[in-house]
Amino acid sequence: MRFVDEFRDADKAHALAAKIAALCEPGRQYKLMEVCGGHTHTIYKHGLEDYLPESVTLVHGPGCPVCVIPMGRVDDAIHLASQPDVIMTSFGDMMRVPGSGGSFFDANAEGTNIKMVYSPLDSLKLARQNPDKQVVFMAIGFETTAPSTAMTMIRAASEGLRNFSVFCNHVTIVPAIKAILDSPDLRLDGFLGPGHVSTVIGCRPYEFIARQYGKPVVVAGFEPLDILQSIYMLMLQLSQGRAEVENQYSRVVPPNGNPVALAAIGETMELRPYFEWRGLGFISHSALQVKEKYAAMDAERVFSVPGVRVADPKACQCGEVLKGVLKPWECKVFGTACTPETPIGTCMVSPEGACAAYYNFGRMNRNRVAEAGTVGTARS
Amino acid sequence: MCLGIPGEVIELHPEQPDLAKVNVSGVRRMINIGLLSDDPPAPGEWVLIHVGFALSKIDEKEAAAALEFLEGIGQAYEDELAALKESVIE
Amino acid sequence: MSRSWIDEALAESEQSSEGLAAEGRRQLPLADREQQVLDRIDRARRRRPKVREERVTMSHGAGGKATHTLIEAVFLDAFRNPLLEPLEDAAQLAVGGARIALTTDSYVVSPLFFPGGDIGDLAVNGTVNDLAVSGARPVYLSAGFILEEGFGVADLQRVVDSMRAAAEAAGVHVVTGDTKVVQKGKADGCYINTAGVGVIERDITLGVAQARPGDAIVVSGPVGDHGITIMLARGELDIEADLTSDTAPLNGLVAGLLDAVPGVRAMRDATRGGVATILNEIARAADVGVLVNEDEIPVRDEVRGACELLGIDPMYVACEGRLVAVVPDEDADRAVAALRAQPLGEQAAVIGHVRAEQPGIVQLKTAFGGTRIVDLLVGDPLPRIC
Repeated sequence: MRFVDEFRDADKAHALAAKIAALCEPGRQYKLMEVCGGHTHTIYKHGLEDYLPESVTLVHGPGCPVCVIPMGRVDDAIHLASQPDVIMTSFGDMMRVPGSGGSFFDANAEGTNIKMVYSPLDSLKLARQNPDKQVVFMAIGFETTAPSTAMTMIRAASEGLRNFSVFCNHVTIVPAIKAILDSPDLRLDGFLGPGHVSTVIGCRPYEFIARQYGKPVVVAGFEPLDILQSIYMLMLQLSQGRAEVENQYSRVVPPNGNPVALAAIGETMELRPYFEWRGLGFISHSALQVKEKYAAMDAERVFSVPGVRVADPKACQCGEVLKGVLKPWECKVFGTACTPETPIGTCMVSPEGACAAYYNFGRMNRNRVAEAGTVGTARS
Repeated sequence: MCLGIPGEVIELHPEQPDLAKVNVSGVRRMINIGLLSDDPPAPGEWVLIHVGFALSKIDEKEAAAALEFLEGIGQAYEDELAALKESVIE
Repeated sequence: MSRSWIDEALAESEQSSEGLAAEGRRQLPLADREQQVLDRIDRARRRRPKVREERVTMSHGAGGKATHTLIEAVFLDAFRNPLLEPLEDAAQLAVGGARIALTTDSYVVSPLFFPGGDIGDLAVNGTVNDLAVSGARPVYLSAGFILEEGFGVADLQRVVDSMRAAAEAAGVHVVTGDTKVVQKGKADGCYINTAGVGVIERDITLGVAQARPGDAIVVSGPVGDHGITIMLARGELDIEADLTSDTAPLNGLVAGLLDAVPGVRAMRDATRGGVATILNEIARAADVGVLVNEDEIPVRDEVRGACELLGIDPMYVACEGRLVAVVPDEDADRAVAALRAQPLGEQAAVIGHVRAEQPGIVQLKTAFGGTRIVDLLVGDPLPRIC
């Protein structure tokens, strides 16, 4: 596969690993956060931590839009799905996320009609095909996905569709990163910036991280070599005492983002004054809601949602995992009471969640590449 | 948020300017290219696909540059390895 | 699911870890904290399975963890007997001096007709294959039909014609059957249940519990064709590809393999849950580790493309005409050659080995060189956007 296979070449990985190791100052520990859940997934799927020296630790950040949805919103979605003649549509990632009474799969077992879709356009198609039903699309995702929801709403409006609405749970990445930076219990040396969010918002929104907080940022692609190269670029900045925003994913990310996409979001959505993030609490101006102009397509206005705030189970430490304070295996219930089969929290059930990634992919003792500048075969 | 796959545009929809057919490793899908209306892709160009929409064009020059960097690193590594092997022989 | 399952789960895990923690402190060497947690998890995984849900969900039908838990906690628990315990693709029975394999299957696929075949083909081939991989020569099938009110008779004729052709190709006969009709809205048109009987003529006993460290694991061809074909055929994904289901009877292929390598330890028909599920079944049943190489697992380009597009892993996608075999390492090349000698096995390959390290765990060496675990999924592989 073009633009994919070339970035999965093992020999180049060894080369990058050696270069990363060579940049490690003896005695110094490096903590780099990959914000984006998709990066977490790639890291575990390809076993990338095997390529890093002991002194470089990857901290998994809150860039998993499924992981940060509070239980109450899942309950709200199920409530919507339980209304008469409603077909709820959702991406696959959400189907097993537990609300206080169970997941979408469990709700279907109780009689709701929650269908999995690949694209919001599939949801629109369902609405056209079922004029006697109300089709609701559960919109999740960061700025990467919001434009697609927006375009779908614009299209629905132009077609005069009356039975389509959106339950909007889009969140924005910058406030989450800021919450991490302001968090006292975490000290990070640098960030692997979100790759696909940046195709929409560009690279400039991250400049405050470098300028105000003095941390380097490298916007990274999703193939294994992209991530290794980005780590190398971060280490290079650190060794040279620089703090800048660099774009490793330049083949896909335009520095100014996608103005058409931003305009579509601006046309249909606006920032909520505040939104609750699982584990991070209430963050102001961190999520999107449907604009008044499109009120007829706002599921929260068309139907009434209970909007009950549901506290996470006491045992759940997803919040700390999302902030990068805890590694998955440090959570008290990881792997015992909380497993992929019986997930207590979203970090375990989302395919990008750090806990799921670690449990399903990385759960074992790893050999680590030898540190500091030795050239040779990285792995036995 | 993150699953974006590169695909090659093979044809534009004759009636609907917003739609194009892409090819991903032999699999074909109609996607919406409305987000690229400023600079629509032509057949033969590559785009990044996310939930049925093209989010951005893949810049072949930048991709080539990225690969060149990686080749360079790979080559330098090969050279060092070779040098290491030689020095061991002594 | 009620909130109380969380409290129950917590209580259970606390109880078991309390006793074991003390033991652990005595027995474990000075392993680091992470390793201790991994050991705790390992013990948790070996606990007696329990179904926590109050209702059956789609996950229970996917062939993954939820299915296994349901089977073990409900069915095996109720019916427990030594013939059922191995939970192989067919039961191996001794009846009046003859060795017989007995299997049963139900087919609920939607859509009923898809590129490469239909529910009738699946019904015959699937049943034949379960018998073949148990080392039996398939001979007789039963076919029970559950038909939805309103189902077209012409469609039924098509299905039955497919079954006749498939049975002929496989050399089996449908000798008994049943017909039921249920009201409109049930049975998705047509459900088929089968039972199959085969004769075990060779002096072998196959079973995944026999896998030993060093054994080679062989797959008979590219994986994921059927599952992706069905996903695309449902028409919801708007994806076109030149893919067809790989449904096929494997008894000829199996015979060729067993002729060349009588020492085959086990074979499994790779269906729902894909190759990954079988590898996990081997690891669990024999309490061994499994290491496979991503590079060596044959996958068609289109299957890879569709999987990348949807964010699912081909290793978990269903096949309907592929087998996975465990053979002694010294027989691996001969096994592959025997499979490749037949059209159905033309892309057969060794994909990895059984090993002693990390028993119960399946690991994959990525094309990239890193290693990762390949665990059972809970339910179906779900397309993801993230």
